[in-house]
Amino acid sequence: MIENRPFLNILTHLVMILGIAMIAFPIWITFVAASHDPIRMTQVPLPLLPGDQFFINMKNTLFGRGLSGTEIAPVWLMMLNSLVMALSIAIGKIVISLLSAFAIVYFRFPFRMGFFWLIFITLMLPVEVRILPTFQVVADLGLLNSYAGLSLPLIASATATFMFRQVFLTIPDEMLESARIDGAGPMRFFWDILIPLSRTNIAALFVILFIYGWNQYLWPLLITTDTSMTTIVMSIKQMLESAEQSPEWNIIMMTALLAMLPPILVVVFMQKLFVKGLTETEK
Amino acid sequence: MLKRVHFPPSLLPYLLVAPQVAITLIFFIWPASQALYQSFLIEDAFGLSTEFVWFENFIALFKDPIYVETFWRTAYFSLAVAGLSMGLALVLAAFADRVVRGATFYRTLLIWPYAIAPVLAGALWVFMFNPTLGIVAYALDAMGIEWNHKLNGSQAMLLVIMAAAWKQVAYNFLFFLAAMQSIPKSVIEAAAIDGAGPLKRFWTIIFPLITPTTFFLLVVNMVYAFFDTFGIIHAVTQGGPANATTILVYKVYNDGFVGLDLGSSAAQSVILMVIVIALTVVQFRFIEKRVEY
Amino acid sequence: MAELILKDLHKSYGGTEVLHGISGDIGDGEFVVIVGPSGCGKSTLLRMIAGLESITSGEVRIGGRVVNDLEPAERDIAMVFQNYALYPHMTVRQNMAYGLKIRGLPKAEIERRVNEAADILEIRQYLDRKPRQLSGGQRQRVAMGRAIVREPEVFLFDEPLSNLDAKLRVQMRLEIRKLQERLGVTSVYVTHDQVEAMTLGDRLMVLNAGHVEQFGTPLDLYERPASVFVAGFIGSPAMNFLPAEGIEGGLLRLENGATLPGARGAGPVTLGMRPEHLIADSEGPIRIRVSVLEQLGSNTLVHGTLEGTEREMVASLPGIHQIPEGEVLGFLIRSDELHQFDAATGKRL
Repeated sequence: MIENRPFLNILTHLVMILGIAMIAFPIWITFVAASHDPIRMTQVPLPLLPGDQFFINMKNTLFGRGLSGTEIAPVWLMMLNSLVMALSIAIGKIVISLLSAFAIVYFRFPFRMGFFWLIFITLMLPVEVRILPTFQVVADLGLLNSYAGLSLPLIASATATFMFRQVFLTIPDEMLESARIDGAGPMRFFWDILIPLSRTNIAALFVILFIYGWNQYLWPLLITTDTSMTTIVMSIKQMLESAEQSPEWNIIMMTALLAMLPPILVVVFMQKLFVKGLTETEK
Repeated sequence: MLKRVHFPPSLLPYLLVAPQVAITLIFFIWPASQALYQSFLIEDAFGLSTEFVWFENFIALFKDPIYVETFWRTAYFSLAVAGLSMGLALVLAAFADRVVRGATFYRTLLIWPYAIAPVLAGALWVFMFNPTLGIVAYALDAMGIEWNHKLNGSQAMLLVIMAAAWKQVAYNFLFFLAAMQSIPKSVIEAAAIDGAGPLKRFWTIIFPLITPTTFFLLVVNMVYAFFDTFGIIHAVTQGGPANATTILVYKVYNDGFVGLDLGSSAAQSVILMVIVIALTVVQFRFIEKRVEY
Repeated sequence: MAELILKDLHKSYGGTEVLHGISGDIGDGEFVVIVGPSGCGKSTLLRMIAGLESITSGEVRIGGRVVNDLEPAERDIAMVFQNYALYPHMTVRQNMAYGLKIRGLPKAEIERRVNEAADILEIRQYLDRKPRQLSGGQRQRVAMGRAIVREPEVFLFDEPLSNLDAKLRVQMRLEIRKLQERLGVTSVYVTHDQVEAMTLGDRLMVLNAGHVEQFGTPLDLYERPASVFVAGFIGSPAMNFLPAEGIEGGLLRLENGATLPGARGAGPVTLGMRPEHLIADSEGPIRIRVSVLEQLGSNTLVHGTLEGTEREMVASLPGIHQIPEGEVLGFLIRSDELHQFDAATGKRL
């Protein structure tokens, strides 16, 4: 920075640490709650420092019968459901967006712009504004309580299509000309040239979409009635309700921790890709 | 928009867009048009007959004081969430922009909440503020503030605002920081040579230069508060107490899925669509400006 | 090896025609340079030969077969692009092998051709690098290597040297020429740089606004330019043009009244005189009032105006001269070096 004032530097770090403390506090409390035994978690004031039950709680939560007095699927199964849903949504969105962006950028065909606008419209129709009729469609197709029902309606993506379109437009025309002289047909060009050249964009988008998919709540809530199809994120709400009768906060908070762990790991360990994905999809 | 060269015409492009278009038609366009159609219908209590009533559902909604109140509550909630999370993020980004060493470290610690599902964020906050057990509620009690968001409507509202804003700080922080870091160093240095101190520089140079980002974030945060906070409210208050935290999205869900009032729910959906369309249009206008910047 | 025949090629975008009937026969093993100012349609023409642009009407024949409706890959051509167009995610080896792989050549054959081309271009040690790890000149070589391994009937070059710095450009220019002579492949080379064109081409096709102005050897173009456009485009410093009139007695009268012999008709003409063809002679009829001198060492460029007019003129005198500003010098020109063009059409008389 420009001037080297010790006071300002100290203030800077102070503010940053304070900010982080504020942001991290709820997560810390969750971790602490997940590391104590159930008895301690009923005594006011609740602890501020972690206990020694963390791994025991984790084992009980993942493979135990879950919360007493509730009918919830085992946590490991819910995490598996979440994983399948998140991966299906992320991969599905990327695949169909890559294909449609490829068609829109590299081909000239009747109704091209019509398709473009059709895809654009999906931006304006989040699931929240068409809850009931979409539910109706999925029910009519017999997709309730299925992985397809969980993911299919969410994989249309205007943002991803636009991002790939943007990426393809920055690839020089000579790449295509060169490939045509080399004798590469459209799909060959797509696999050999476009996909490798969009690698980092695909990875960045995957990070964002994985988080998006994992964190879906309203949609799974609507279309899963079978407990074996419940996702981990959904289960928190049910646990909060049952907390009124059986306040096993250590188990509830451990579940919450497990539910947020995969996306957090993705963000922390793929931070560069995450930031890239976040800023590029908004362009 | 389009490449100079293309592949020769064939059926292929249609096959390529087919999956996207099929899903869009089946799960987006058809349901949305259904919502539009149903918003003009009234169904009798037993679902036996329906009547086409033009705008009656909409008129009924805007005559309904509860709906109007929900409307304004949503506006208040959205502005509060946007303001709180953007304000916090702006301060943090301004200081983070000064940090030479450890910037990545701070960033890593700040962006976690983005990865947390809204309903989980709600669970975390409701746990901290649990009136009988919560650690923050306990601390407040010790300070003589009685906390019970299950009974006190404004406390409930405050809680969902805080939870929603908390989750969004990370996102705003990243964009503010990126905007600040893209300002050429020489501009800041020129201001310093002109004698502007750090605070003055922030308000007269940095803040005006990041205005496009600020507007962009405002729109994004409004959309977030309107639609993505369903999980938070569902987990924390279920819209209560006494509708104190019911926002439009929550009401659509409640009236449609719990109350099963199809016509009214559809009309509410249509109003929400109009809002999203308006926000999207505004967003795209600002993005165009952002490109110039 | 094959000859390339262009027959009355037209190209339109929408309603506007940009190429108005280009014809020309390019012999087997010949190196032809298409040259012209930007926007004259030279790149479009090359891309039509390559198959990257559709042909509105006319015919392109390579080795006797009409290729109008063939895909670029089926035309048996190779192209070197201005920005090299190397695949950034592939190594040099993969870049060169890609087209052969698609054609389904056996591995050993691909290996052989790549190594051979790499040896010719002296890029063997870079074969396993990615393009971004190479310098501009090295990338240029890889781009040429990619063309060579295809062993095509025709090489197409689209301003391949314009991204290089001046020194490297001269060096690569020589290398391209040597390479082409060694391989003996029919080549078409597009450039806007007349020096590049003059030094590289067996023949030059000068294009202007979608027309062929002249198609001939470099010396042809220099000695017998077919039009004012070609005359002004080829040669440096550029040719002097003076309006004149053919009068009785086979004389040409300049604007200031001075007369030259050798008129080829009556009426207004445009005279063209190359600066290096003006011979200093105190009695000479072409009188130039000196304004600025440019000393190049081997010769001196005399800038001035035709006496009594505002016409700018340049003369090139061998050796070093010191001439005060404002002095009037006389010049002669040999009548076979005096170019005459129709004043209205610009065509050679």
